Amino acid sequence: MGQTPQKWPGIELSNDDLLNKKVTQTRYHPRAKFSWSAGEAMSRFLNELKEGRLIGRECKHCNKILFPPRMFCEQCFKPTSKWVYIKDTGTIQTYSISYLDKDAKRITNPIYVGVVSIDGASEKMGIMHYFGEVTKDTIHIGMKVKAKWKPPLERTGSILDIEYFRPLKEGEQ
Amino acid sequence: MKVGIIGIGIAGFRTTTPELSWKELTYEAAAKAYQDAGVDPRKDVKAFVTCAEDYWEGFGIFDEFTPDQIGGALRPVCTVCGDGIHGLATGFMQIQTGLVDVVAVEAHSKISDLLTYEGVVQHALDPIWNKPLRGHPFYVAGLEMNAFLRASGNTEKHCAAVVEKNRNNALRNGIAAYGANVDLNDILTSEKAFDPLKKLEISGLADGAVVLVLASDVAAKKLKRKPVWIKGVGWANDSPSLETREWERAKYAELAAQMAYRIAKVKNPAREIDFAEVDDRFSYKELQHLESLGLAKKGQAGKMTANGDTALDGKFPVNASGGSLGCGDVVEASGLHRVAEVALQLRGDAGKRQLDGVKVGIAQSWRGIPTTSGAVAIMGVNQ
Repeated sequence: MGQTPQKWPGIELSNDDLLNKKVTQTRYHPRAKFSWSAGEAMSRFLNELKEGRLIGRECKHCNKILFPPRMFCEQCFKPTSKWVYIKDTGTIQTYSISYLDKDAKRITNPIYVGVVSIDGASEKMGIMHYFGEVTKDTIHIGMKVKAKWKPPLERTGSILDIEYFRPLKEGEQ
Repeated sequence: MKVGIIGIGIAGFRTTTPELSWKELTYEAAAKAYQDAGVDPRKDVKAFVTCAEDYWEGFGIFDEFTPDQIGGALRPVCTVCGDGIHGLATGFMQIQTGLVDVVAVEAHSKISDLLTYEGVVQHALDPIWNKPLRGHPFYVAGLEMNAFLRASGNTEKHCAAVVEKNRNNALRNGIAAYGANVDLNDILTSEKAFDPLKKLEISGLADGAVVLVLASDVAAKKLKRKPVWIKGVGWANDSPSLETREWERAKYAELAAQMAYRIAKVKNPAREIDFAEVDDRFSYKELQHLESLGLAKKGQAGKMTANGDTALDGKFPVNASGGSLGCGDVVEASGLHRVAEVALQLRGDAGKRQLDGVKVGIAQSWRGIPTTSGAVAIMGVNQ
């Protein structure tokens, strides 16, 4: 096994050397801006989020409720048949606890993230989201959860209109 | 083994498609192609090929997103980062191996989702040699047009005749986004863009999707379909650098055609081929490509066009579809669209722009600025 050298040969470059242009370099910022059309299925889905509702599409050929909704079924390749409201509760399929933030900086309050299969949609149909009001000791695969919605006026038609999924309380639907 | 096209599906073309996602647009073309081929994609199609480029889509690793909308969920799927004819060649070869007998090839454009088209094209330039110069990347087309016209003797008027022909042809094509009854004067007096290139000589962008179903001769017979046969395919690139490439001729098209002619056993292309669909993203490109493919003598493509030889009722019709100038530039779907047009013509399904008695056709693509990436497919009605 090779040993990591304590000191590398040559001259180390610092970030400041780059920023102060002590190093020969060429800089370029690509202009690549997009404005994706959400399309028929996702447009309705996003608008329903503003109302605090989750909606799917039924495929009558496969007898499935597809969520997120799509206008065609990838299983049978036929057009889906109708809109169906589903619940905002579900079951944690898998999760991870991230101790690094998006810049890979270590954080003390970890981020709970995972996939929820939504009640009323077919199996393995759900949404990836954050979890809140959980600890590393309470969160588990199979946990029943419910969406914590933002207040109506703060919703924009984004999956972030749901702040996070939290544990389902007893007697709650 | 023989490989033929048994299904054609086209959705679009339109300058923008705000009501559909790229998935929904592609699904429309796929559903049409499978209906045309009489196949169930979930059972009969054994492999799927998508042609896409991440930067056009705005997704990293776009490969991930390709299966569902073409019926390829949980099936053999691959993505070619190239033009539709590169994908056609991939499907052709997959069938030739004997591993699969029916393949779907898909390419699409949802270019209206991209707000900074020029920015992405500029980003394709070399970071050290060319990017520091900034500027609109289409100056590359101006450079090439200038060198090509000077070397070949074709004129600006000849180039304008290409635009006049193609945009008028497009009026006969229901899918075309840019059909217009423009005349030579409109084009020659349109504002200068990248001299000698004028504004009306640049294809407008369009959204659209094309799906083709390919089958082996045995599979086509089993499916009771009469294919348009793919006689040969070829592809090639010239130098990636602006400083070391051929400006006067389309070397990539020459090499791609040589390969396709060899496979198709075409000795004298101008005599053995009846019509062509060639890349015309910029007016002069049609002339340059015709000469590079050996379909016009050097320096004669312009005269052929001005004489009406390449018109719908001419001796050698070119871009009966309307081309990119008339139908719209559908980025990676451009080549596949031309293959679809050649197949429709050979089947006799080209409607108001149907050419009489055509038996062998050629489709050629170019991936656009700043590439020197080209591909060719030769198709025929006879095996």
